[in-house]
Amino acid sequence: MIKEYQTVKEIFGPIVFVEGVDDAAYNEVVQIVMPNGEKKKGQVLETTKGLVAVQVFGTTAGLDTKKTKIRFTGETLRIPVSDEVLGRVFSGDGTPIDGGPPIVSKERIDVNGAAINPTARASPHDFIQTGISTIDALNTLVRGQKLPIFSTAGLPHNEIAVQIARQATVRKEGEKSGDFVVVFAAMGITHAEASFFMQDFERTGALERAVMFLNLANDPSIERIITPRLALTTAEYLAFERDMQVLVILTDMTSYCDSLREISAARQEVPGRRGYPGYMYTDLSSIYERAGTIHGKKGTVTQLPILTMPEEDITHPIPDLTGYITEGQIVLSRELHYKNVYPCIDVLPSLSRLMNLGIGPTRTREDHAGVSSQLYAAYAEGRDLRNLVAVVGEEALSERDKKFLSFANVFENRFVRQGKTENRTIEESLDLGWELLAGIPENELKRVKPEHYEKYGKKFRKEHKQ
Amino acid sequence: MGKLAKISGPLVVAEEVRGSQMNEVVRVGEEQLMGEIISLKNDRASIQVYEDTSGLKPGDPVKLTGAPLQVELGPGMLGTVFDGIQRPLHAVKDKAGNFITRGIEVPSLDRRKKWAFKPVAKKGDIVKGGDILGTVKEYGIEHRVMVPPGMEGKVTKISEGEFTVEDVIAEVEENQITLMQKWGVRVARPYKDKKRFDHLLVTGKRIIDTFFPIAKGGAGAIPGPFGSGKTVNQQDLAKYADAEVIVYIGCGERGNEMTEVLTEFPKLVDPKTKKPLMERTVLIANTSNMPVAAREASIYTGITIAEYYRDMGYSVALMADSTSRWAEALREISGRMEEMPGEEGYPAYLGRKLAEFYERSGRVSCVCSHDREGSVTIVGAVSPPGGDISEPVSQGTLRITKTFWALDANLSRRRHYPAINWLKSYSLYLNDLQPWYDKNVAPDFITVRNRAMELLQKEAELQNIVQLVGPDALPDRERLVLEASKMLREDFLQQNSYDEVDVYSTLKKQYMMVRTILHFYDKAVAALEMEMPLEKIVSAKEKEEIAKMKRVPNDDAEKFCIGIMKSIDSTFARG
Repeated sequence: MIKEYQTVKEIFGPIVFVEGVDDAAYNEVVQIVMPNGEKKKGQVLETTKGLVAVQVFGTTAGLDTKKTKIRFTGETLRIPVSDEVLGRVFSGDGTPIDGGPPIVSKERIDVNGAAINPTARASPHDFIQTGISTIDALNTLVRGQKLPIFSTAGLPHNEIAVQIARQATVRKEGEKSGDFVVVFAAMGITHAEASFFMQDFERTGALERAVMFLNLANDPSIERIITPRLALTTAEYLAFERDMQVLVILTDMTSYCDSLREISAARQEVPGRRGYPGYMYTDLSSIYERAGTIHGKKGTVTQLPILTMPEEDITHPIPDLTGYITEGQIVLSRELHYKNVYPCIDVLPSLSRLMNLGIGPTRTREDHAGVSSQLYAAYAEGRDLRNLVAVVGEEALSERDKKFLSFANVFENRFVRQGKTENRTIEESLDLGWELLAGIPENELKRVKPEHYEKYGKKFRKEHKQ
Repeated sequence: MGKLAKISGPLVVAEEVRGSQMNEVVRVGEEQLMGEIISLKNDRASIQVYEDTSGLKPGDPVKLTGAPLQVELGPGMLGTVFDGIQRPLHAVKDKAGNFITRGIEVPSLDRRKKWAFKPVAKKGDIVKGGDILGTVKEYGIEHRVMVPPGMEGKVTKISEGEFTVEDVIAEVEENQITLMQKWGVRVARPYKDKKRFDHLLVTGKRIIDTFFPIAKGGAGAIPGPFGSGKTVNQQDLAKYADAEVIVYIGCGERGNEMTEVLTEFPKLVDPKTKKPLMERTVLIANTSNMPVAAREASIYTGITIAEYYRDMGYSVALMADSTSRWAEALREISGRMEEMPGEEGYPAYLGRKLAEFYERSGRVSCVCSHDREGSVTIVGAVSPPGGDISEPVSQGTLRITKTFWALDANLSRRRHYPAINWLKSYSLYLNDLQPWYDKNVAPDFITVRNRAMELLQKEAELQNIVQLVGPDALPDRERLVLEASKMLREDFLQQNSYDEVDVYSTLKKQYMMVRTILHFYDKAVAALEMEMPLEKIVSAKEKEEIAKMKRVPNDDAEKFCIGIMKSIDSTFARG
């Protein structure tokens, strides 16, 4: 039942107020017909008897208070889903932009999704090998996890995301292909960045197993509010209805949050920190929480959101709230990037909360937890000593401290650094860890179990001494 | 019956509802979504709705129920996961599938399950509120069926047998009593009086039990930035704290974390009762993407259930992770009501609400004709933005709680867990608890603890100097302080939650460990005075033994530590 009104009272930024409407439903989708006949989508933000606030997905330029028509569709925002979406490219509001036909399907799903019942969730524990040592060995990613990349403008987060998407496999007995389907949502990234992803997916043949939703920097900013939701709805369908392993890349969440702020400001809401709305945590969680594994379902949704921290400030509301929702974070460092270390992952602030579920004897290797903890402790100590050396000079250090100092350097140059196509197995990463640990005194290895040291670590120490 | 006039997110406004009460529960829309009245003006009421409001329109019906937001209290709560308004999530799943859809109505307690009721009271007994009528076995716990508060009189009828929660098991005068009673969540359940904090809540965490303990019935706060280990700490407390009942509230947190609890707890065994941990646990789960108003309610649902078990005479520990999400829910609703914001947009009544919540903790004499004692200990996690605890939720919390565990991102970055900063944390229960330690651990426990604390303080001062001039510039004596405090940090404070042995240390073991380290320090100082070279002291083989202490099982720890101390004596005596 579609009702049409021509009673726009006020247009303010991305929000249109419509008078005389008595029964618009909250979150209902509306169609806006501009005076020139062009159509736009919108959604009801607030509804009272007689006055409705509509947020327009797109620019409000060209709208007027006389001829503009608002059609209330009577339903919330839904998208059609089917297997056909694989290999397709859509705009940020779900319109095909690859020249292909629209998706036709009886199944149309509400893009807002619903919360997974915590009792239906299965505990994520399947180790995903990304081939990147700093992730696999130190911040292990598991299937069904949401692990964001905290980056800063100018750092190679896109390269890292692409490398992960390309190399990610699940090593699990009894599964023939550990390959992932990639659902890619771009929010406010540049054309060049988007085509970087497209080209890489095309080159590796991943495009056939990918779905892309592109809202670029010059696309309407308010559309960004729905782009990730379209992507996640598609991902959930592919995972939980079609049994696929889905990796969702969301970039750039900072642009998404800025759009959220834009709407909040237009609604003249009381702002929270830095002008972002007080409900941003709730809103972000309605995106990030749409990842996981479900009992009895073969498919999974793993999320890899990317966000750029303004001025590398990890306490900025966007990374801060994200970190409180996601299961860890991979933090990129400008300092490492300038040292020409790729991937410039700073392991100290990085974390994977689900790591302990995904590692160990049956999943990776028995010594994994110990090696990881030891590498962390040794590197942290080495980094501290660097600060000290800056004040007192290297000569003032004891022999022991010098070893830790040099460990930090070797760690960055050999363990962190790797090629853009270098795909290390977890065993290679762990062995490399042991090899580097051979550089510090044996009695300092407090975090590893002695039997693991005997089995995996000792051989490197002998070689080291020779 | 009223009508909806406005919908804005989780807040809706109804009109034509004159005569409705504050905090009354209403049913909104065709799907009868549950909501609660939070303000009234003329014939209009603002309602926070506990479910997603998409699709509601002006003119939709609003039904008044006449009752406040209540929980059902009775057997069947242990081992169950509820959402913020006490819907059992397993039952919701059976009804609605893997995703939580709207408008699902499931009774909080299973209506079909029968419980074997054994009367304790007899016909003709004079009873009053809180008195035990009989018991039901709920897993390993004796679920004591009490006369609801406020009721008094003669037992006119009482029956033994198998009953559902709705069947009448007894009559007191004209009042029919069932296994289940209802209680409005926003009102604290009554007690006779509060007692002193002189019992330790043993957690098995060394930094907590030895340095910053929490008393049974106390309140503690654990604030920290993300990634500093709030949740791991909360879960460890839920696993190992020596309470008889645990209420764990996942308030606006991750879905996978609840899953972790749900998968782990049934497998883990309570060290005392040898029963699965899940059997003593009630879980309240409102994950971050579940409705925000239900998040506000979840804290109250949890504390009311905790008080109910307290009234039976149990010690209950309640973990709320995270109270910041609860405060944010308050803020969101307050913002939508266009209230005048206080600090950082939080409503002006935030501090009062926090205080009201934490004050529901305590070790109390229960309301009843006899002597019965129960306790509710509250540990609230706080998630301050950017880890800066000068914000209103942290500050409001610290004003009321007496134990403060300061999580430190720097420690967690170097994988020092638990990442509780020993210089910033405090416990105001230490004095009250001293007699308990004297009696139950060792008479000099507090003295030993204070000496260790002094060493750590001294280390912090020395570190400032080291930062400037390097360790070599320090006199030997002070380098020994660094050595000993390093042992305290690495071999005592650090504790691995994922190591079977290390995860739980008995108080005896904790005490022996600190004593051993102090013994090393004392003997080393003495040896230095006897002119033993520093290099020789710091390369003593006992250091490695001390590092092994944490991996020695609790039962063997005392012997092991005494062994080290003897070895220290002989090493340093030789000169």
